[in-house]
Amino acid sequence: MRDIYMFFASFAQTWGLMLFFLGFVGVIVYAFWPSKKMQKNCDEAAQIPLKED
Amino acid sequence: MSIVQTPITKRMTFGESGLLIVFSFFAFFAVVVAAKAHTSAYAFHAFVFAAASVAAVFAIGNRYMDRDAILPPQTIDGKPNYNMGPVKVGTLLAVFWGIAGFLVGVIIALQLAFPLLNFDLPWTSFGRLRPLHTSAVIFAFGGNVLIATSFYVVQRTSQARLAGDLAPWFVIWGYNLFIVIAGTGYLLGITQGKEYAEPEWYSDLFLTIVWVTYFLVFLVTVLKRKEPHIYVANWFYFAFILTIAVLHLGNNATIPVSVFSPKSYILWSGVQDAMVQWWYGHNAVGFFLTAGFLALMYYFIPKRANRPVYSYRLSIVHFWALIFLYIWAGPHHLHYTALPDWAQTLGMTFSIMLWMPSWGGMINGLMTLSGAWDKLRTDPVIRMMVVSVAFYGMSTFEGPLMSVKAVNSLSHYTEWGIGHVHSGALGWVAYISFGAIYCLVPWLWNKREMYSMKAINWHFWISTLGIVLYICSMWVAGILQGLMWRAYTSLGFLEYSFIETVEAMHPLYVIRALGGILFLIGALIMAWNVIMTIRSPETVAETTGAALAPAE
Repeated sequence: MRDIYMFFASFAQTWGLMLFFLGFVGVIVYAFWPSKKMQKNCDEAAQIPLKED
Repeated sequence: MSIVQTPITKRMTFGESGLLIVFSFFAFFAVVVAAKAHTSAYAFHAFVFAAASVAAVFAIGNRYMDRDAILPPQTIDGKPNYNMGPVKVGTLLAVFWGIAGFLVGVIIALQLAFPLLNFDLPWTSFGRLRPLHTSAVIFAFGGNVLIATSFYVVQRTSQARLAGDLAPWFVIWGYNLFIVIAGTGYLLGITQGKEYAEPEWYSDLFLTIVWVTYFLVFLVTVLKRKEPHIYVANWFYFAFILTIAVLHLGNNATIPVSVFSPKSYILWSGVQDAMVQWWYGHNAVGFFLTAGFLALMYYFIPKRANRPVYSYRLSIVHFWALIFLYIWAGPHHLHYTALPDWAQTLGMTFSIMLWMPSWGGMINGLMTLSGAWDKLRTDPVIRMMVVSVAFYGMSTFEGPLMSVKAVNSLSHYTEWGIGHVHSGALGWVAYISFGAIYCLVPWLWNKREMYSMKAINWHFWISTLGIVLYICSMWVAGILQGLMWRAYTSLGFLEYSFIETVEAMHPLYVIRALGGILFLIGALIMAWNVIMTIRSPETVAETTGAALAPAE
């Protein structure tokens, strides 16, 4: 039981943290990637609530 | 649509006939449980379930008799045929439960100031009324706001009719039946003693069925969408629905003593149970009271201001950062307990990192108004929603601060916690909900605007004053309490006995109750305004679409 606990605890404190940090960097890069396509998609999506039907 | 010449034979759908059988059987089963129940309170609940099942059988039967042979079409003349019935019911129920919950809050605030008001009866004691208040405001008021707005927003942003015929109605009425079972259970003494997860196993099981249905209705509506994009508000609703389902199952993994008993025992023991409870508890804050209501922010503020959200890219970061960070913050509720130190520190660290998405989201909401700040002056509904976002920023600044161990050693177990919760609950959650209700009611009932804009102004100022009184008195009370508890004499003895700290709270408790009364008065003004709006004869012709135009 203690071994399992130590394994998960040490993983969370080292690689787990790294994974989360990299994931966060990935989200930032994805969201702010300066491509025309991303800008177009975001502009389109932002207009959705304002559409009338 | 072609006009059908030959009459179509009316048939029951699979859902209608299936649910008739299920509810009939369940009514019988509930009566058996009531007859053999171990306690009278449990028998009462079994009878409530039986009565609700019979009511459901009648409702489905009557609805079938009254409806056309063919179900309502998905589109009419190429336009989506929105299903707003469940949204209307959810909105009205939210107003009702809001007032009920605020009223119970005022009662228990007065009980703390004047203990005589407990009336020495078990059913009206603070210990039983307090969960009634928290569940009524969070789950009954907040939950109905979330369900109603999510059903509205997902239809409008997907350009698709709500999925299911009976399913959305089952979600609305089933959820509210759960509220009634939970609330009456607290008064009768049925509780599993977990904060914000008090309902016992049978209510939990029932809620699971309702919640899975809710998820499916939402999911299938999104899948049917005409829009290529899934608007960011729907992402937040998804996170809210899915995470609440996981939390609910994890924290209610109980084994009932018997099907005839309300009592159950949880699988987890000791500090693990405490950890699971606060993993649940804090994420109820993160995903019910934050993610869900952020969806409201991302739809209703742009819609009302008639401007797209400030930065759609920032909203993507806001979403992913929020859901990945919140889920780890729970251990900050267990500082200086048997929980391992590293887990406490982890909870604290992730709470502090939450400043980032919280403030990013707040800036995104507020800056949506850039270039249109005059609306703050002219439109009280916008003002209410902007103030709510400001409160969101303020309470999510305060929260991480309180999660720092050194601060927590002063603030924990004191009224500061209550003050913090209410700056979030009254300022952020309730205000964004009021704003959404003020938007929704005219849209749903085809009116140009709410009956009285003046009344919205009064609501805003009276309840803002109430919030200020509430949170300021609780800050003072909390710090006073914390300092008195830790004050030592020169000889190393505690300087104050506990009852002295209670006495010192009295004037602050009175001020807090006054704040609550003002907040309740504001909500009553809103209820009057909602009723008058619905009853006013003036309607906007649906064809012009003017009912959906934002206020100038």
